[in-house]
Amino acid sequence: MKGRSDDSVAYPTRRRFLKRAALGAATLGLTGCDRLSQNESVVDTLDLAEKLNLRVQRFLAGARGLAPEYPASMIDATFRPNGSTDPQASRYRELAANDFVDWRLTVDGLVETPLSLSLAELRALPARTQITRHDCVEGWSAIGQWRGPVLADLLDRAGVRDEARYVVFHCMDQLGGEDFYYESLDLVEARHPQTILAYSLNDETLPIANGAPLRLRAERQLGYKMAKYLSGITLVTDFDDIGGGKGGYWEDRGYTWYAGI
Amino acid sequence: MSSSPPVAQRHRTRRRHPGPVRLWHWLNLWFLVVMLMSGLQIFNAHPALYWGSASNFDAPWLEMYAIRDSEGDIRGQTALGPWTFDTTGVLGYSTAGERETVRGFPDWSTLPSYQFLTMGRLWHFFFAWLFAGAGALFVLYALFSGHLKRDLWLSGREWRGLGRDLRDHLRFRFHARSGYNGLQKLSYLGVLLVALPLMVVTGLCMSPTFNAAAPWLLDLFGGRQSARSIHFLVATALVLFFVVHIAMVLLSGPWRQVRDMITGGRRETSAPAQRRPDDERA
Repeated sequence: MKGRSDDSVAYPTRRRFLKRAALGAATLGLTGCDRLSQNESVVDTLDLAEKLNLRVQRFLAGARGLAPEYPASMIDATFRPNGSTDPQASRYRELAANDFVDWRLTVDGLVETPLSLSLAELRALPARTQITRHDCVEGWSAIGQWRGPVLADLLDRAGVRDEARYVVFHCMDQLGGEDFYYESLDLVEARHPQTILAYSLNDETLPIANGAPLRLRAERQLGYKMAKYLSGITLVTDFDDIGGGKGGYWEDRGYTWYAGI
Repeated sequence: MSSSPPVAQRHRTRRRHPGPVRLWHWLNLWFLVVMLMSGLQIFNAHPALYWGSASNFDAPWLEMYAIRDSEGDIRGQTALGPWTFDTTGVLGYSTAGERETVRGFPDWSTLPSYQFLTMGRLWHFFFAWLFAGAGALFVLYALFSGHLKRDLWLSGREWRGLGRDLRDHLRFRFHARSGYNGLQKLSYLGVLLVALPLMVVTGLCMSPTFNAAAPWLLDLFGGRQSARSIHFLVATALVLFFVVHIAMVLLSGPWRQVRDMITGGRRETSAPAQRRPDDERA
């Protein structure tokens, strides 16, 4: 059939993904409402609420409004891991086998001074400890204590250039086997005082299931924003050319970029 | 002046249902249907409810899941507190399209029908604005037009008569009268001033960014998972209201009821006590 060749493109656009997923699922049954969910203009209209939600919620919470923090008595004994829990990428396996001694976090892109930091160097930086609630997009919550450097300090150390708008987080895990996980925050959320790069969970070294050696904590966002198994941070003006172009692994698969709701 | 009351009364008439009531009623029907069905889609992503801030996965107060029984068949289960019910075919395990599927609520109740969390979220968070916006406008209208005071607020006598109203309703004894009865007023007030605002606020309390804006509101509901549970319980109450509402319409002349909610009904002469002073100007 004509016009079908674009199906072979490695990264589907978000809209095309939604459509294809819907069409696939529609073979299971199709009602009038389902047909609406596959209509591009209907989906585009529903999408309008995302920007409104971002603007209104940002206005209400402010740039520095803090997420609730909890007493140590409320920490969950086991913090439920989600998404990748045991990455199989060979590079990751090698680094993990050697306790991440050879691992480096790179900070590059639109910065004055690109950085490359070892775990020991990150641990030597001033750190923030916070007991916060993690909210999965599925609906459940878990409370854990996280510790690590504040991302804003790291960004200041690298010197963010004026044209930078977003911080992209590159990961070492391939969720679903193919594409590497990645995520992005805008500079407001990246510079939020509770946005940290955690190397510790509940006073212990961050376990592999929860994102060792380093993961993002963005406490005013849903779980899928908080990239695990970090390898690098890139400052960009836009993320059109990264991954599927929607700013994150799940965003490329139909989820909204704004994950504050 | 005292010689002309009949003329004045004839001119001071109002329809049974004012325009804004009818408009909001029918819009809200669609908003609530979309909110409910997309809400069940979201619920199905993790069909379990908890109390408190976090999820104690070992102790949900409500959970839908599937098990394999001794015969090797898959059974849908719904656990409510200490009780477990076999709900195969509806909750926990049901036919979606042509396939049997492990899912909370069945496909005929969710938007979209198939498992698709992000699409459910798109519908829910778009219609939430319409639902909350129209609801807020309607509350303002009810306050300032006098609809709330005139048609919905209960008089002292109606408050005292609620017990008798309830007994009469349970015996299917309905009294024809021009306005709403006490029990009816109470249920409408409960929906408008309690249930619908609770849905909006508990919904917002599930948003981590909104929690940063109003942590006190989260505390008021006892944490995020409690807010999620209350959201679900109030939604259930709204479904029950809907069922009773439909039953009452069916029992009280459905054709006339639906027609009046569309056209507004015949113009009725308002009671002299409710006339405004300038009524006499006619």
